[in-house]
Amino acid sequence: MRFDYFQMIDRIVDLDLDNRTIRTQADVPAASTVFEGHFPGYPLMPGVLLLETMAQSSGWLIIGVNGFKRMAFLASFSEAKLRSFVKPGDVLDVSATLLHEGSGFARTKAQIRVGGKLSCNAEMTFRVAEFPNAELRAHMEKAAATLGFPLEIPVHG
Amino acid sequence: MSSTFDAVANIIAETCDIPRDTIKQESHVINDLGIDSLDFLDVAFAIDKAFGIKMPLEQWTQEVNEGKATTEQYFVLKNLCAHIDTLVAAKGA
Repeated sequence: MRFDYFQMIDRIVDLDLDNRTIRTQADVPAASTVFEGHFPGYPLMPGVLLLETMAQSSGWLIIGVNGFKRMAFLASFSEAKLRSFVKPGDVLDVSATLLHEGSGFARTKAQIRVGGKLSCNAEMTFRVAEFPNAELRAHMEKAAATLGFPLEIPVHG
Repeated sequence: MSSTFDAVANIIAETCDIPRDTIKQESHVINDLGIDSLDFLDVAFAIDKAFGIKMPLEQWTQEVNEGKATTEQYFVLKNLCAHIDTLVAAKGA
């Protein structure tokens, strides 16, 4: 997890296209300037970053389902619950399920567990569209390789 | 049609917090009900799930943008419901 690059996911553990689910992991850094402000003397992973972590996992799922042809952009989330504090050094087990693949949008349900205990969950809606430019697609391809995205990426999208 | 309209109107009322009695067959989703594209994603999700279909929103939007169709053809509720009925019928064919 690299807060400064907004890279929340460290590993894709499993991508199951038949069941439209994904499991990822994210290692919360032991130290970060983020924790100096949130909060001084009591460092906690900000809830918005937990939501982003679930969104990024959902995004990889959507990209996997559409064969790396289209990008997912977070549009809204609902039913978000932050159930327990997440602290520096925690390992996040993230999972997401594709609830619906609509025309130009997708809805997922995601959750994060820490030590087996449900820590947060939400439903998320994404706009799904062509990659807007080659630079973003190239970045996503590179990130996919780094994270262990388990599918062959089509050469021409 | 009427049962489709009732289902869609109930979805819109609940999803967008719009009084049910203000939603008419002639209501334009955007111009009359003020539903923006983000809220319409929630409406589309609920309609797709309720009817077991996938409304071709991207195709409709493209047709409107290219001048091949008007927003009224897809987003006036009686017309939207007719399209939903067609999609449901095609699913069962």
